[in-house]
Amino acid sequence: MNHLPRASELGLIHCHVCGMVCCHVSPGEATCPRCGVVLRERKLASYARSWALLVAGFLFYIPANVLPIMRTASLGNVDDNTILSGVIELWVRGSPGLAIIVFTASILVPMTKFFVLAALLVSARHNSDWARPQRAKLYRLVEIMGYWSMLDVFIVALLATLVHFGIFSLVAPLPGVIFFGLTVVMTMLASTSFDPRMIWDDERQR
Amino acid sequence: MTDKQPRSIPEALPRPLVRHRRVDTWLIWLVPMMAAVVGVILLVHARLQSGPVITISFQSAEGLVEGKTPVKYKSVTIGKVDKIRLGTDREHVIVAVTLDKSASSFATTDTRFWIVRPRIGPSGISGITTLLSGAYIAADVGKSSKTRKRFKGLALPPAVTHGSRGRSFVLHAKDLGSLDVGAPVYYRHIKVGQVTSYQIDNDGSGVTLRIFVTSPNDRFVTDRTRFWNASGLDVSVGANGVKLKAQSLVTIVAGGVAFQGSPGGHKSAPARENAKFYLFADKSTAMRPLSGVPYYICLRFKQALRGLSVGAPVDFLGVEIGKVISIRLDYDGKTQNFPLLVNAVVYPRRLGQSNDKLVNLARVHGEKADFPHIMTRLVGRGLRAQARTGNLLTGKLYIALDFLSDVGKKYADPNVQPLEIPTVSGSFNKVQQQLAEIVSSVRKIPFARIGRHLDRVLVDVDVTLKHVDGSLLPQMQQTLKGAQSTLDSASQILASDSPLQQNLVATLSELRRAARSLSMLGNYLSVYPEALIRGRRSDPVLPVVPKAKPSRGSAR
Repeated sequence: MNHLPRASELGLIHCHVCGMVCCHVSPGEATCPRCGVVLRERKLASYARSWALLVAGFLFYIPANVLPIMRTASLGNVDDNTILSGVIELWVRGSPGLAIIVFTASILVPMTKFFVLAALLVSARHNSDWARPQRAKLYRLVEIMGYWSMLDVFIVALLATLVHFGIFSLVAPLPGVIFFGLTVVMTMLASTSFDPRMIWDDERQR
Repeated sequence: MTDKQPRSIPEALPRPLVRHRRVDTWLIWLVPMMAAVVGVILLVHARLQSGPVITISFQSAEGLVEGKTPVKYKSVTIGKVDKIRLGTDREHVIVAVTLDKSASSFATTDTRFWIVRPRIGPSGISGITTLLSGAYIAADVGKSSKTRKRFKGLALPPAVTHGSRGRSFVLHAKDLGSLDVGAPVYYRHIKVGQVTSYQIDNDGSGVTLRIFVTSPNDRFVTDRTRFWNASGLDVSVGANGVKLKAQSLVTIVAGGVAFQGSPGGHKSAPARENAKFYLFADKSTAMRPLSGVPYYICLRFKQALRGLSVGAPVDFLGVEIGKVISIRLDYDGKTQNFPLLVNAVVYPRRLGQSNDKLVNLARVHGEKADFPHIMTRLVGRGLRAQARTGNLLTGKLYIALDFLSDVGKKYADPNVQPLEIPTVSGSFNKVQQQLAEIVSSVRKIPFARIGRHLDRVLVDVDVTLKHVDGSLLPQMQQTLKGAQSTLDSASQILASDSPLQQNLVATLSELRRAARSLSMLGNYLSVYPEALIRGRRSDPVLPVVPKAKPSRGSAR
């Protein structure tokens, strides 16, 4: 694109906490002379970490969907719902809006994260120069979405603590929600482990 | 990297502190590995948890939900309905059930499955919880260890589940009455069991019921136990008023069976499992001495028997020994009248020990000891059948077998089936006859002639009276007038101032004087008796006269 030099090319490194620019010394782990934070050119093992956490998140996502996440009991009518069955039930029972929200938060968002992160990782690995600004935007989207992934877990946690009316109404969390929570945590960690600068690496070589 | 030196970067850049530390980046892969391990564990766990898959066919899948309806045994969930589909015959519903691993022993041949729904039955209301939670499939496991995959669901919950301690018995009854599966069985008004099943006998002549009596109360069922249908209300009207009796509220609605040892208090052994009993219609019938072998008798009545109905009792000296089973009209060509043929069934055993004695006596005498022969001998001694009025209000008749003295000799033939017992007209009929005789003799009295005679007599009397009026009465008047005057003169005579009265008073005073002088004479004579002879002395001597004569003479 252009021939502007990169910081690494100039032997410089920048502290991402206090913003100090120092000499790049390799090998070894350098710490900022001003604030003492570890200085790294790129996030440590970003690629491997992202992949590993993403895979772990995906593995947890399977039981999160298969196992029921919440038990609702009203007047002796016990209902164990998985994420998908809950969505279907909401839709059938005439709350399509709620169904869409839950579907978005619990299925669409995690799946998007998986695909987006995987795609980002793969493309970063291959130093693809395909649609780099869009990929960067995608990454930011994933970061923002990450906050909302815990919606389900919060709903279950809130309901389980609030709805305790004996035989009339009872909500209890089931193991599925733990796995769902783990999935969310893993994907968030994966997305934070991903160093978006990798998108732009080797741009010059083109 | 180093081929282009930037110009604007100062040389004196601060140098970072360098530490040497090894970082193993592969450690991060432990996280997905852990996730994988958890996943595998879950998978294995699920695999280990799921037991055999069985199919149960039901009439209807009402209330069953795929993936939700549980299968329970003693309220513990042992499986879950997986799939519900229609059977190939389109009459049944095939329910696929995944049993838990721990419940794999339920996939055996004698396990029974049924759907628990809210039900109001003879044994109360059950399955209330399913009103809210929805139906579930209940299971009852047997003892078999032979595995099985296909089951046929029961239409109704089984009355007795496996493992219940007790014994079942077989009851025969004429009809089912209001009994149902689950109807309670009572012993002294305590529920000790229930009816488990019933079916019509193969020949259609009755109903066979199975009951189950729970332990330890099953020991009260002995070989001398009598069962009766305790359904509904037992209303009896007696001298003490109206009595209502029922085993329980349930029996009024749903019926029930009660049992009790037969009267007599004999030693008896507990009945075997599946022992057979007869289910009597009510307690009084059940407590009667056993009927034994029935015999049929035929009675030929000459008079009409209005009020005699089929089922009317047959009494032998007041003991009910049978009942009327048919009443038919016959025609006798010789006498040209319509005799009534009454057939009745009698149970000699109901005669109790008298029957035993009769039989023994007959054996001792070397005679035939069967009922017809005994009856025949009794007929020879004057036994007759008679239709009697059992109830004056309703006019219901019953057949009485009684020894009557003023009947001629008649004989029965013991070899004719059914045995014919000679009859006499009923007691009430006799009264009727006598009444009729009285009426006819009353009718023979010639009331008309008597009336005519009486009329004539009255006319004569009238004439006589007229005669009396015309001639007798004037004479009577005259006579009375005469009598009146007579009486008047008489009263004049008798009046105080009448001369007669005056004379009478004077006469009486004279008489008094005379009497006084007589007494003086007497006194004189008693002192001077010689005066009678010598006469009165000069002065003191009084004249002497005989005692009575001078007094009489002087009085005159």
